[in-house]
This record gives sequence, C-alpha cells and structure tokens, in this order.
Amino acid sequence: MFFLKPKPITLHKISKVVMNFKRLLFLLVLGFTVLGGSVCANGQAENNTPPKESTEAAKVEGGKKEEGGKLDIAKVIFGHISDSHEWHLFTLNHPGGEPTHVSMPLPVVIYHSTKGLMIFSSSKIAEGESYEGVHLQKDMMKEHIVSDDGAKLYDFSITKNVLSMLVGVTILLVVLTKASKKYAGIGAMKAPSGMQNFIELIIIFLRDEVAVPYLGKEYKKYMPLLLTTFFFIWINNLLGLLPGGANFTGNIAVTSCLALISFVVILAKSRKHFWSHLLNPPGVPGAIKPMLVLIEVASLFIKPMALMIRLFANMMAGHIVILALISMIFIFAALNTFVGAGFVPVSLAFTIFIFFLELLVGAIQAFIFTNLTAVFIGQSIEEGHGEHESHDSHEAHAH
Amino acid sequence: MDLLTPELGLFFWTLLAFLAVFFILKKFAWQPILSSLGEREKGIADSIATAERVKNEMSQLKNENEKLLMQAREERTNMLKEAKETRDKIVNEAKDIAKAEANKIIVDAQQQIQQQKMAALTEVKNEIGNLAVEVAGRILRKQLNASEGQDAYMKMLAEDIKLN
Repeated sequence: MFFLKPKPITLHKISKVVMNFKRLLFLLVLGFTVLGGSVCANGQAENNTPPKESTEAAKVEGGKKEEGGKLDIAKVIFGHISDSHEWHLFTLNHPGGEPTHVSMPLPVVIYHSTKGLMIFSSSKIAEGESYEGVHLQKDMMKEHIVSDDGAKLYDFSITKNVLSMLVGVTILLVVLTKASKKYAGIGAMKAPSGMQNFIELIIIFLRDEVAVPYLGKEYKKYMPLLLTTFFFIWINNLLGLLPGGANFTGNIAVTSCLALISFVVILAKSRKHFWSHLLNPPGVPGAIKPMLVLIEVASLFIKPMALMIRLFANMMAGHIVILALISMIFIFAALNTFVGAGFVPVSLAFTIFIFFLELLVGAIQAFIFTNLTAVFIGQSIEEGHGEHESHDSHEAHAH
Repeated sequence: MDLLTPELGLFFWTLLAFLAVFFILKKFAWQPILSSLGEREKGIADSIATAERVKNEMSQLKNENEKLLMQAREERTNMLKEAKETRDKIVNEAKDIAKAEANKIIVDAQQQIQQQKMAALTEVKNEIGNLAVEVAGRILRKQLNASEGQDAYMKMLAEDIKLN
C-alpha cells in the first residue's frame, strides 16, 4: 500500500497541483462568464445596436457575434472546442448585412445505408442546405450530418480534428524518421545534435523513468507503444494550442481510441498471475472476497476509462479556459466599450499565463497517459510473487 | 451529453492513424534509435571498462617495471662485486702461480749451477789427478832408472801393503 516510487509521485503531484489550480481558475472564469453573460443579455435588451468597437473587435477575433448581434459565449466556446466539417478561419461582419464566414472546406466521407459511399466537399452543405439527400445539423455542442429521410449513415469525414491529426502525424513521421536517420548517418557513438538530441532526451527519459521501472526486463517490447503514445498525444496537444487549432486530444472519440488501444494491450499481454490475483485475491477472508473481486473487475475497466477521461477533460478544460478568458473582453465590451478595452490587458495576462500552463499540461498529460499505460501493462504482465499492494498506490496517485 | 459521445468517424481515423504511425515509427524510428542508443551505451560502458582495465594494466606494468629495475640494479651490484672478486682471485692465482714458477726456476737453476759446479770440480780434480799422476810417473820413471831406486821403491810398496 505504501510502496511508492519517488519520480512519478512528484510528477503526479505537480499535475495534481496544476489541475487543482486550473479547476479553481476555471470556476473563477465560469463565474465571470455567467455574470458577464447575464449582464450582457441585459445590455442587449436595453440597447439593440452593439458598440462599434465591439463589432470591430469581434471582426478581429472572428465569429464572436451572432447575426442578431447577440453574444452567445457558450456557443462560441463549444463551436471552437467541438469537431467541425470545415476549418473555420474567421468571420467578417458587415454592418447591417450578413456576416461572411471564411473557412476551409474539408472532404465529407459518409457511408449512407441506402446510397452507399458518398464523398463531397463540405462547402456543399456548409450553410445547412441539403446535398444529395443529406444535410448538416448543428446542435449546441456538435454538428452531425444527417440524412434528409432519416436513414442511417456513418460519417467518416476528414473533419477539422482528423486533418489536424494528419498534420501532427506528418510532423511526427518527418521529424522522427529524420532523427533516426541521423544515427545511421553519424554513427551511434557520436554525440547527438539538434532535433536528434531533443528526441533522444525524451526517449531516454521515458525509457529510464517509465518503461524500465514499471515493465522491468520486458521493457524493450513496449517501448514503441509508449513512445508512439507519448509523441502522438504531445504533438496533438501542442497543435491544439495553436490559434485556430483543433481540439483533437480534447475529444472523447480520440481519447477513447487511445485508451482502447492501451486496454487491448493490457488484456492481450496479461498473464495468469494477474488474473489469479484479480479473481482470487490471496489472503482475503472468504466473506469479503466476492466484494473485492467485484471491485477488482470494475477497476480493470475503470483504468482505461480514467485514461480516457483524464486526457479528454484536461485538454478540453484548457481550451475552454483560454477561450473563456479571451471572451471576457467581448463580454465586458458588450457592457461598455471602455470597460472592454480596459479589460484587454487583464484578459491577455490571464490568457498568456494559462497558455504557458497549457504548454506544460500538454506535455504532462501526454506523460501521464504514457506513464499510466506502462503502469497498467506492468501490472498485467507481472509474474510470480510481487508486491501486489503497489498497484493500488499507483492508481491512487493516478486518479 | 452530446460532448461525451464519441463520433465514429473521428474514432476510426484516430485508430487508423495511430496504428499506422505506430508501425511506421516502430520500424523506421524507434527500433533504429533504441538500438543505436543501446549500442552507444554499450560502447560507452565498454570504453570505460577498457580504460579501467588498461589503467590497471598500466599500474601493474609500472610496478613490474620498478621491480625489474630494482632487480637489475641489484644484479649489477652483484655482478660488479663478483667481477671484483674474480679479478682479485685471478690476480692472486696468477701471483701464486708466478711465484711458484719462479721458485721452481730458481731451484732448477740452483740445481743446474750445483751440477755444473760439481762437473767443473770433478773435471778440475781429474785434471789435477792426471797432472799429479804424470808428474809422479815422470818422477818414478827417473827414479826407477837406477836399481836402488827400484829396490827402495819396492820396499816402500811393500811397506805400504804392510801398513794396509
């Protein structure tokens, strides 16, 4: 129970502190948002024409204003953090006219239950019109492509998130294969340089601090998985922080996919020892045993669920916080132009701070995901009489 | 809640991309990098071990050298000492031999001198004898020319025999 390894603790602690701090900030910002939103609504009710500066600011920020001039922060934020069939760049507001949305159309790939495979540009359905019997239905938090006649269809579109991921994946492939070629070029015995040095630092860290402590002698077999997981999550976390970037790792489909891969590996590589401890815990009185087995079996599924939700919630929360902080400018500007302008430095200071925090969180979350995957795999491949208690301590820190 | 329902499309593409990246990187990045790192670490460990071994060997060699030097010095001293002794011995022996030889030569010479002396003396004695006999002969011949002389001589001879 008290068998703790020093390094992960510190990192868990750091991340915990960071997360707690972020929660606090998030609550604060949420409070501001709600307050600002109600104030804004009142302001709108009294004065139907928004202040001029606010309109201009909205132009720069892009799409903060609805057609009616009503500010809907929640919609803006969820529009930014949810997936989209087009890559929205900015919106031009014309005084008195319809706003122009400037966005990059993306390919829509759907498998229609009656019409089969359909591929077309998302610009065909961008404004909600129907194209070949399908149209885009925009909800509060998500948009779906639905068939006009209600028939079932499967959406495999290259959405904003998918494209962002492909960019991230391309960067990974180029950078990492280039770094690996350098080893062949200068030979293994030469000191690493440049990007190779940076990559090597991370690889050695993950090997010595994650793989070797948790996986023991078999660590080599799992290094590719751990490294790929770390770099995949990290690069996408970072890309998500770019202005206009997609909230890829803050999407439950992505984290569920990554967690599922971990779960499959955990199950596929599990050994007899793991199952015997799970289904027949030694040294437990008979009466408590069924209860404990129930808890253990539940924990088997809770582990990947925790992986999934941790990454999703952290990344999404980070995006929401940054968007909310920026939105505060417009909330206050809607109230009064000068208050809005006066709030710009405060909001920017907060945003910059949170942005740096998110840079840190992006790496920490990637590390935690990788670390816990290693811990869980380590538990499932454990052989013979180990310290069974240590599992719980790792988990306790993970949650 | 809508936000918590995973979309099939994104899930599918993520899975596909992750697996593709995993297999590509495994073959073209992780394995070469990890094996290079292992190789380098092994190389460094080997180098350190070799350096340590060489250092030990060097110190051992140094010790051996010093020991050899000491031995050589000792040997030199011994050799010098022995050489001196040998020299003295040879010189002494030579001296002894020379002395003995000289003595022998001296003795030989003395003997020879003695022999020569004896020979010379004998010769002189013989000569003197011969001279005396000749003189006596001559005297006798002169004396025996007369008969009384002969009688007297006979008498004398007879007296000599008697005396004997």
